[in-house]
Amino acid sequence: MTELLYLACAAAFIIGLKRLGSPRTARTGNLIGATGMLGAVVITLVDRDVVDWGVIVAGLAVGTAVGAVAAVQVKMTAMPQMVAAFNGFGGLASALVAMSEFVRIDDPDVFANETVVTIAASVLIGAVTFSGSFVAFGKLQGIITGRPLTYPGQQLVNGVIAAGAIALIVWAIVDRSETALWLLGVATLLLGIILVLPIGGADMPVVISLLNSFSGLAASMAGFVIENTALIIGGALVGSAGLILTMLMTEAMNRPLTNVLFGAFGTGDGGGGAAGTMSDKPVKRATAADVAISLSYAQSVVIVPGYGLAVAQAQHATRALADALQEQGIKVNYAIHPVAGRMPGHMNVLLAEADVPYDQLLDLDHANSELAGADVAIILGANDVVNPSARDDADSPIYGMPILEVDRAQTVVVVKRSLSPGFAGIDNPLFYEDGTMMFFSDAKEALEAIAEALADV
Amino acid sequence: MSPLIIGITVFVLATFVGFEVIAKVPPTLHTPLMSGANAISGITIVGAVTAAGFGAGGLATWLGFGAVVTATINVVGGFLVTDRMLGMFKRPKRADD
Repeated sequence: MTELLYLACAAAFIIGLKRLGSPRTARTGNLIGATGMLGAVVITLVDRDVVDWGVIVAGLAVGTAVGAVAAVQVKMTAMPQMVAAFNGFGGLASALVAMSEFVRIDDPDVFANETVVTIAASVLIGAVTFSGSFVAFGKLQGIITGRPLTYPGQQLVNGVIAAGAIALIVWAIVDRSETALWLLGVATLLLGIILVLPIGGADMPVVISLLNSFSGLAASMAGFVIENTALIIGGALVGSAGLILTMLMTEAMNRPLTNVLFGAFGTGDGGGGAAGTMSDKPVKRATAADVAISLSYAQSVVIVPGYGLAVAQAQHATRALADALQEQGIKVNYAIHPVAGRMPGHMNVLLAEADVPYDQLLDLDHANSELAGADVAIILGANDVVNPSARDDADSPIYGMPILEVDRAQTVVVVKRSLSPGFAGIDNPLFYEDGTMMFFSDAKEALEAIAEALADV
Repeated sequence: MSPLIIGITVFVLATFVGFEVIAKVPPTLHTPLMSGANAISGITIVGAVTAAGFGAGGLATWLGFGAVVTATINVVGGFLVTDRMLGMFKRPKRADD
């Protein structure tokens, strides 16, 4: 009977995920998933002969308080690191469940080989998810530099630790060794750290998606350990969801996953600029008044948000300018690149917070056909995703990456804090084109100035 | 069939179900999908509650307690933050067109 109730919970997860796939049903989908989860916890509490109620209640209370406060207080601009942190906690929980199961049994010889394997797998995947997610958190929060951290012999170190982890798994199986499992935990925590450290900030959408997938796999493995189908199914669903997003993100970058993970792509987050090959070329600088005049003659405007919009928390200022334009009968759309920002859908969430209707958010294909007929494209803190080199220059490191073709609009306004190259360290020929106006400013201040100037035109 | 084989069967089939169910999600919903799925990965809370409640005492119980805390953060935080995001998504305003 209990098994059937768990199956009902798993079904709730499937229905919930299905409904998360459409804007109209997404919110109830999330509720259905949450209901399934509550059901699974209640079934467990009723079914198991719980001895230590105090421990469970204390754990639930602490976890609920922390999770609820974090979820309610987090700013939308900080959502990527929030998701990373939740991911990490999920991974850690699965590793702890598996370790607890092993430690609980006095005579480890009762474990079948495959049980030890699944315990080791839970520890491995859970620990990598935990430490990897928190390194990602640190990078997104600005605690750790967003640049790829590299050192000589990096791949060798990774290889040695990975080989050590495999050796520890073998030791754990052969000797039923608790020590081996603890060492495995330490080694894989380290592995998670050194795997994510060399990955740059702009590749975070891939990393977060992949860690999302891992947190599901870890739950599945824990499900094998305690022989519970709800965990296996729930974990597998999340594993595939994360993998789908990972593939979508790597496709949007036109780079294989191995290149994202091990390529240490990008030289920095734009601090240098000295290496830029075209930096001595002239650019056309614009003031807020120049931009306002161009906008006042426009019929169709496309706004292209990037990570700079999140950094400047400029989503409300963006909406305000769009409103002002729409009042004058100007059509406004938003062009959203799949990897704009630091997680899948980052820009969509930010603009939703500013009450932008989601039908104005265009995906890559729709945005490019809209851009072809647009009078003005306003680029807010985006760089590599609008770099024409990806389309025109076969020697460019980002060649082949699908871009938003903003250079097809009549006038391009680039709002950017400086001329420094983007994350990938690649100069952007767009900035030097005749139809491009550079407005060097923080995105929020720029938008407010443009809106003010527009009122005076 | 051994429990392991049953488990693997369920895992493989659930993975395929996941791919089918999620494959066509619009970009607007990528973040909520990720954080909602993330909350579901907190299903490990079932194992955590079991581990914490056995009454084994000592290290096993402490590990279980840690698992309950972290899994609960994942579940409660994940579902709440997803709901908060989805609450912001506005239906298209036809009047503007």
